[in-house]
Amino acid sequence: MSTEPIIFQPTPARAAPSSKIGAVAWLRANLFGGWKDTVVTIALLAILLATVPKLIGWLFLRATFWGDADACRLAGGACWPFIIDKFNVLMMGVYPQELGWRPGIAAIALIVLAALTYTNRMRGIVLVVAWAILPFFALIMIGGAFGMREVDQSLWGGLMLSILLALVGVIVSIPLGVMLALGRYYGSPVVKSLCIAFIELLRGVPLITILFMASVMMPLFLPPDMIINNLLRIQIAMILFSSAYMAEVVRGGLQAIPNGQTEASLALGVTRRHTIAFVIVPQALRHVLPPLIGRCIALFKDTSLVIIVGLLDFLGMIKNAALDTSWLGFQAEAYVFAAFVYWSICYSLSLYGRELERRGPSAQKR
Amino acid sequence: MRNLVKLGAIAAAAMATAGAVSAGTLDKVREAGELACGVSEGVPGFSNPNSDGDWVGLDADFCRAVAAAVLGDASKVRYVPLASKQKVLAVSSGQVDMTSRTTTWTMKRDSAEGVDFTAVVYYDGQGFMVKSDAGITSAKEMDGATVCVTTGTTTELNLADYGRANNLTLEPVVFEGKREAVDAYASGRCDALTTDMSQLAAFRSGFADPSAHTILPEVISKEPLAPLVAHGDNQWKDIVTWVIYGIIAAEELGVTQANVADMAATSTDPNIQRMLGSTGDTGGFIGLESTWMFDAISAVGNYGEIYDRNLTATLGLERGINAQWKDGGVLYAMPIR
Amino acid sequence: MPMTKTRAKSGFALGNIGSMASQGVVLAVVLGFVYLLFTNTQENLALRGIESGFTFLDKEAGLPIGDSLIAYTPMRSYGYAFLVGILNTLFVSVLAIILSTILGVFVGVARVSHNWLLAKVAAVYVETLRNLPLLLTLFFIYTVVLAALPHPRDAIQLVEGVYLSKRGFYLPRPLAEPGFWSFLIAALIAFALGLAFWRWAALYKLRTGKTLPGFWGGLGIFIVLTALAYLITGRPVGSELPVYAGFNFKGGLAMKPEFASLLIGLVLYTAAYIGENVRSGIQSVEAGQIEAANALGVSNAVVTRKVLLPQALRVTIPATTNDYASLVKNSSLAVAIGYPDMVSIGGTIIGQNGQAVEIIAMWMAVYLTINLIISLGMNTLNARVQHAER
Repeated sequence: MSTEPIIFQPTPARAAPSSKIGAVAWLRANLFGGWKDTVVTIALLAILLATVPKLIGWLFLRATFWGDADACRLAGGACWPFIIDKFNVLMMGVYPQELGWRPGIAAIALIVLAALTYTNRMRGIVLVVAWAILPFFALIMIGGAFGMREVDQSLWGGLMLSILLALVGVIVSIPLGVMLALGRYYGSPVVKSLCIAFIELLRGVPLITILFMASVMMPLFLPPDMIINNLLRIQIAMILFSSAYMAEVVRGGLQAIPNGQTEASLALGVTRRHTIAFVIVPQALRHVLPPLIGRCIALFKDTSLVIIVGLLDFLGMIKNAALDTSWLGFQAEAYVFAAFVYWSICYSLSLYGRELERRGPSAQKR
Repeated sequence: MRNLVKLGAIAAAAMATAGAVSAGTLDKVREAGELACGVSEGVPGFSNPNSDGDWVGLDADFCRAVAAAVLGDASKVRYVPLASKQKVLAVSSGQVDMTSRTTTWTMKRDSAEGVDFTAVVYYDGQGFMVKSDAGITSAKEMDGATVCVTTGTTTELNLADYGRANNLTLEPVVFEGKREAVDAYASGRCDALTTDMSQLAAFRSGFADPSAHTILPEVISKEPLAPLVAHGDNQWKDIVTWVIYGIIAAEELGVTQANVADMAATSTDPNIQRMLGSTGDTGGFIGLESTWMFDAISAVGNYGEIYDRNLTATLGLERGINAQWKDGGVLYAMPIR
Repeated sequence: MPMTKTRAKSGFALGNIGSMASQGVVLAVVLGFVYLLFTNTQENLALRGIESGFTFLDKEAGLPIGDSLIAYTPMRSYGYAFLVGILNTLFVSVLAIILSTILGVFVGVARVSHNWLLAKVAAVYVETLRNLPLLLTLFFIYTVVLAALPHPRDAIQLVEGVYLSKRGFYLPRPLAEPGFWSFLIAALIAFALGLAFWRWAALYKLRTGKTLPGFWGGLGIFIVLTALAYLITGRPVGSELPVYAGFNFKGGLAMKPEFASLLIGLVLYTAAYIGENVRSGIQSVEAGQIEAANALGVSNAVVTRKVLLPQALRVTIPATTNDYASLVKNSSLAVAIGYPDMVSIGGTIIGQNGQAVEIIAMWMAVYLTINLIISLGMNTLNARVQHAER
């Protein structure tokens, strides 16, 4: 007689009740979880059904992709040949077309550097140096130097100008902002009050008034022979404006560094100045990278204000294009295209900001 | 500490430049090798970039004439588009050497705003444009109408004055730029658009259906348009003024872009000889070469040619009061001698 | 925050930099620099023959203003015209702050809603508006608003006396008729009574533990008494209807398209930011607290009011203070779409008499004052919220 060894056979777990899984349950939990939810869902669905198909129809289905203004008017949908026709002007303004490859190279450099930064292939001091050099490289490529034909700044425009203003603005204003923040945080009473006055004054007024000041008033401040061209004056205004905000961001970072860091560094015999430069500031900057990215987005958006003081940036070119008599009546396309470009750039930056927040120093502590 | 260094550097730089002596505009232009000329942001017929990015129009031609007279090369002009608000300050602060930008000669600007007017290049007047289907034939019928107008100009002041004088309630909608105002008018935001008559004609010609818009007959103001220079540099003011007179006189004397070389060589009229530098040295009076007007006329032609090219051919504007005094107009160049 | 700061500083006194001598040098350099700018400016102004000083404020403005809260004619002075601009700036800012707060709270709550669709729609809204320049949004709204609306002669009539057209949104203007003042006083008394009842109900609950419908009861008292007063005083509020005549509507209250576009743009833009503040406020409250309160049988409404809100506000208010300040500054974009705010009118004055220095100084003074008032108000509010928590 052999006895079968009794082995415990657990009954297989039953599947989750059908009321808790599957599409129906998901719908119930997430869309129809009560009469209020149901009403909201149905109302939203109704709105979306009323608008989205129309929008898609206009954007794509009834849209014209090739042809001229008359073909567009006939089709009734969006008119993309208009954007294609104006593409060069929108990107570069009245910059000489035959030299378009020069801003092109600068743009490629920007994209490559951005890609290397995003994928984390390049880091540390190399990264910082590369970003610090980029605006100068772009300025040289666009403006012309070292034997390249010079292109006057009054011809710079379009998306190129918007990005350039933002890029130079951000990169120059970060060190300025750091200095202001250090002055406000560590400075002697006089330095501190001067820094506070500067920061609060610039943060307290709209950018437009600062731009007006730069374009209208700055020449009055300067000696009669010192003439700075309009673009440079506006760039300086944007840098100063941005540095005040950067300073506040950096100050947040300085406050986040535990005191022990300073004490340890001083105890090791490092001088105060070196402690600030090599211990505090690098850590503080790492802490505030995500809000710094936020400031970059804000500054890029703010460059659109320069049309009010007579520079033709991307939005300015969009407006001009919309008023072209041979393409009358396609304003909506122009604005949709502008929205698409601004949104793509700002949204990718904000995604990167969130990514940094995830890998950043404050995330590791959790 | 760094702040200190930074501020010190800025202050030092500022002090270093503060010591420099102010040079005359003529020397500045010669040294730079180009004339910085303020123009509009785009008014068809006066100053407007064409599809190649070159500035064309009556105002742009006067920039070129001055550059030709001063530098001997009409292409040495740097055009600086200026918004209405900037136009006076840009020239008074020296950012541009002159503006040629549909600017109305007024007492206040001439006396209290740091600029000098040179000579009138176009006698304009402000008017109204309305949609034809509104059925209006006179500005006096516009009580209650909404009017699109550009800011920073005499236009908005004239509009207010006109309403006051004729007891009309005109509701203004004030825009930053001319284009915005035109666009708002076209979209139906306003019943009427007001600006200088010549510009109304220019904008009307840009509409899809020009006949759907009517320019009302009333001229509500005098708008003598003249280039501006900074107050205080008399030599430079003389240069710009006399180049303009020269261009106007050229038409009166029958000197054209085509025949200027012949005239210089063969003309026996002492007026022409003096102007073109064949005899005497009129250029020397204002610090220029004796060929100053020869260069200017070779580059842009006389007033009549400039007018036909920019205003009659493209916009269909008649000469009107902008004809020579001999033809019943008000153009009257001072004698060049 | 202030705690960390003092700690950091006490451990790190930079004594040598703080020495009197170097401070003196810094001050001297800065003052010298400012003096240099000042003399340069004076010199330049004199050289150009531009007037300076504030005497121009008394001179006749002559400039037309399309939209004014106070009676304005071009015969008034520059100072008065500037005041019109200040009031317009304040008006659009205050209205936008109120509306964007309401919309922002909705958006923030929607963002954390269990309703998937609602949360997604709110997220799309926030991500779109936050990543576009406000100026573009304004242009777009202005263009769309103007394109969508009909000419005043074909105006859309919503109800009797309310019209929508390219000339704006016209409403009947309420007019005070005889007996209005007694009605107003009665309404104020009714309001005080309603408020008193609400307070009393709260105290009663503290004393006895019994809940009375304080808010709804108070509201009821206010409405019923006001309605009675209205009838007794003989319906003292009349109205002036806008009437289409000739070119446009006459009479009534008007909201111009420029104002409406600016208001809509500011509200949509700022609400996206406030929505994010509200969301992070809500998410900063630990879920356990809500669950614990629910487990104790506290109703959802009370949990929201007594547990969620006070804690969420601690996070939301400081961030929102900044957004309000930005909103006021952003209202200066009015200049781009033709609404006569302070910057727009000031700019016109600069264009007319060239006195840029004075006007820009006035702009700065007004904006700094407004911002100061906002931060004072919000700090007071913040202090109360933080205090209630401890």
